[in-house]
Amino acid sequence: MTEFPQNAILVVVEARASGELEQAAAGLFGAAAGAGTPVALVLAAPGAGKAAAAEAASLGAVRVLIAETPDPAVLGVPGVDALASAAEQVQPDAILLSHSLDGRDLAGRYAARTRTAVCVDAVGVSRDEEGVVANHSVYGGAYNVTSTATFGPPVITIRQGAVEARAEAQPETSETLSVTPSGKPAARIDSFDEETAVATRPELRGAAKVVAGGRGLASKEQFALVEQLADTLGAAVGASRAAVDAGYIPHAHQVGQTGVSVSSQLYIALGISGAIQHRAGMQTAKTIVAVNKDADAPIFEIADFGVVGDVFKVVPQLISALEARKK
Amino acid sequence: MKIVVLVKEVPDTYGDRKLSLETGLADRDASEIVIDEICERALELALAYADANQGTDVVVLSLAPDGATATIRKGLAMGAGSAIHICDEALRGADLGLTAETLAAAIRRAGFDLVVAGNASTDGSGGMMPAMVAELLDVPLVSGLSSVEINEGGVSGTRVVESGVQQVSASLPAVISITEALPGPRFPNFKGIMAAKKKPLETLNLADLGVTADDPDTARSIMLAVAEKPPRAAGVKIVDEGDAGEKLANFLIENRLA
Repeated sequence: MTEFPQNAILVVVEARASGELEQAAAGLFGAAAGAGTPVALVLAAPGAGKAAAAEAASLGAVRVLIAETPDPAVLGVPGVDALASAAEQVQPDAILLSHSLDGRDLAGRYAARTRTAVCVDAVGVSRDEEGVVANHSVYGGAYNVTSTATFGPPVITIRQGAVEARAEAQPETSETLSVTPSGKPAARIDSFDEETAVATRPELRGAAKVVAGGRGLASKEQFALVEQLADTLGAAVGASRAAVDAGYIPHAHQVGQTGVSVSSQLYIALGISGAIQHRAGMQTAKTIVAVNKDADAPIFEIADFGVVGDVFKVVPQLISALEARKK
Repeated sequence: MKIVVLVKEVPDTYGDRKLSLETGLADRDASEIVIDEICERALELALAYADANQGTDVVVLSLAPDGATATIRKGLAMGAGSAIHICDEALRGADLGLTAETLAAAIRRAGFDLVVAGNASTDGSGGMMPAMVAELLDVPLVSGLSSVEINEGGVSGTRVVESGVQQVSASLPAVISITEALPGPRFPNFKGIMAAKKKPLETLNLADLGVTADDPDTARSIMLAVAEKPPRAAGVKIVDEGDAGEKLANFLIENRLA
């Protein structure tokens, strides 16, 4: 086995049940390439490792270590064991994972096991004279913070969708990682339903575009307007807490401090006043558009393009204008 | 069954929250401090189980500064049987690693069948504490549960991940974390508030727990810089004159957003 790069950044990516890498993978390699040489650890179901490794290389991994879990029903622990083995071999300058539920569990367990420092929910990584540092946007984007480890490689989780940079594709150089199982007690996955219902619409977390609706939509039926515009733009659907509390849409769509935080390219707020709670979850979006009939709504203070008007008039016109251009 | 619920004090998200630009730490005087709502839901889960199962011991555990007693008492007023408050000057600015180590030591000391936590706090939004504590306690972790079934020997539930929905289970002892899909908390009633005054509230420091804050063998996460972002400036604002939809379409197309 050849040596690993001196400035290796170990990127841990999980293959989905379908075999593709998780959505955040491209951003993780993009971030890693800006701070060192991306080396991938691919966690996959038995038989799925090779295809996932090829995808990792196409996203910028210079070397790929494949860890196929011996028993896919065991939750979490095999991934931690694989990461421990990979980090020992690669001796990376930093370890990057997605700030997803599974990524956080993996990062947390690994850091606790090895007494490594974690930097969480970063929106980017960079390098200074001392090593790799993580950049964060905290308290709903009100502060920029830089953090790192006192020594050793920091374990950094990256907010989904926050990194735009992409790494150059690399020729595939992959090998199977030999993992020493820790035998730690783990939970089990008893069954799994791949969600096909939402497959046509992007997930909120990590989406490039988000259309969100608030109490201004006035009813569950009328909230469909938000979904229509989302589908026209290929956007994910979000909602304010008020819309969720009113039962227009399930809680999983809530954007805000107590819901999902999004850093999308485009955020369209329909009938949302823009309470601090909501703004905290979306004000790092690159372009913010707001439609609200209340000219004094706080959302206009942060909107790049604000329309004071009736969503039920403006949005249908917007949809037909966009559809006319598509033809 | 003994259930330990992790409770965290946070600045209220309904107000402005500040970081001290000198220390990088949360400015606790700048905002109202409340129990993080997700922790209240975690406590509600434990209390609902205790209501239905006699002999359940619910303990509220919080690592927080001096003044946190009122928050912790609220947990007791809601119905927890006892509380542990870890409070030590050396924990000021503690990173996730030191916090996890300290919590795990307190949980081990108290004894537990189940540890219940929220999936992520609203201030740090790390969402890693349950995993770190599970690893240190050497027990299974079931994170991000949107429904939970607790029984004598185990815990199970629904876990929504990026690609779908898992049904998961673990035997006890275990650590779980829950999402906001779980029911909101009960309000403490007058009887509960009166009873809370008589319930045991133990205060522990790092020496009690045998934890060293500055262990040279453990890497810590440190803040290098903190800066306040200039507030976002408002852009174009138009009043609909019957063509705002068209204008908005143009804006999106010109900016390559449609």
